[in-house]
Amino acid sequence: MITVALDKSADDARPWIEKAQPAHPSLVDTRHVLADLYNVVNVPTIFWIDERGRIVRPNDVAFGTDTFKHITGLESARHLAALRAWVRGETPALSAEDVKRHQPLPTAADQQARAEFGLGQWLWAQGRTAAAERHFVRGGELAPHDFTIRRGTMPMRNIDPMGPQFREMLQAWVGGGQPYYRPLPDTAGTKTS
Amino acid sequence: MEAFTIIDGDKAAAIPARRDGDRVVLDPAGVKDALGWEIHDGLLCNDSMCIPLENEASVVRDGAIDLAGLAAAMDRALAVDLDERAAFLGGSARERSQALAAQQAPEFALPDLAGRTHTLGEHRGRKILLVAWASW
Repeated sequence: MITVALDKSADDARPWIEKAQPAHPSLVDTRHVLADLYNVVNVPTIFWIDERGRIVRPNDVAFGTDTFKHITGLESARHLAALRAWVRGETPALSAEDVKRHQPLPTAADQQARAEFGLGQWLWAQGRTAAAERHFVRGGELAPHDFTIRRGTMPMRNIDPMGPQFREMLQAWVGGGQPYYRPLPDTAGTKTS
Repeated sequence: MEAFTIIDGDKAAAIPARRDGDRVVLDPAGVKDALGWEIHDGLLCNDSMCIPLENEASVVRDGAIDLAGLAAAMDRALAVDLDERAAFLGGSARERSQALAAQQAPEFALPDLAGRTHTLGEHRGRKILLVAWASW
């Protein structure tokens, strides 16, 4: 397992990592390098990668515990069981065809939004917070589904990422019929035909 | 000439530049020094790699290099802040999509809390659960 924290600083991620005392690499990605390469638009996002370095389960949503189950409706046991079975070689991962079908690909607008994030993040690191704000907002407008930008920049903008502004954003998004989490369908990987 | 900061990945370089309305035109020698790119014979080249310029006039203006034209020629996203004199070269949607469609996990190198760099490639030969998370 490799975990990557999309946080504004190592210190933001540190308390969680230190408490978990992980044996696996626990990395910090302040510039959202992973989001850019893997088209990650929210957290948590998980991937299964096989021995040959191939993505065999793309951009899925899974939690390690049921702490947020009452909010997300996502049960951790289902993913953990599927993961264990795959690691032990009891069941195959998704077929290449299913991976292709479920792999989200970034659009030009998505990448423009990430460039706006990148410029904003650099400006923020230079202490140019007002200028950074313009680019974070622009990024969110270009890719409204990208919560690594819309919510992930809140701590750099002195906005509580769990507070009223987040709840308002979430309500507007979900109220518009858009899902906040986009897990793969349950059937992904279980061949039915 | 004032300087304009071009951010490319984890590198930021100040390149001599001037404003032309909403456009930013860069000193060619500065572009070569900072980014490695130079233009000759209708080609945009970085070491041995060259991209034919479909419309050289959109990149070269009065002997200087148009930033937006350069980004477009490289198929890179570009975010610009004229007031802050800074621009960020982002990833190409086409390149990222091709890489993901090929189903090969993109390589990355990121630090842990101690500042030690880890790569995905170090773990080749094992099954990996890759988890993106955040404190927010």
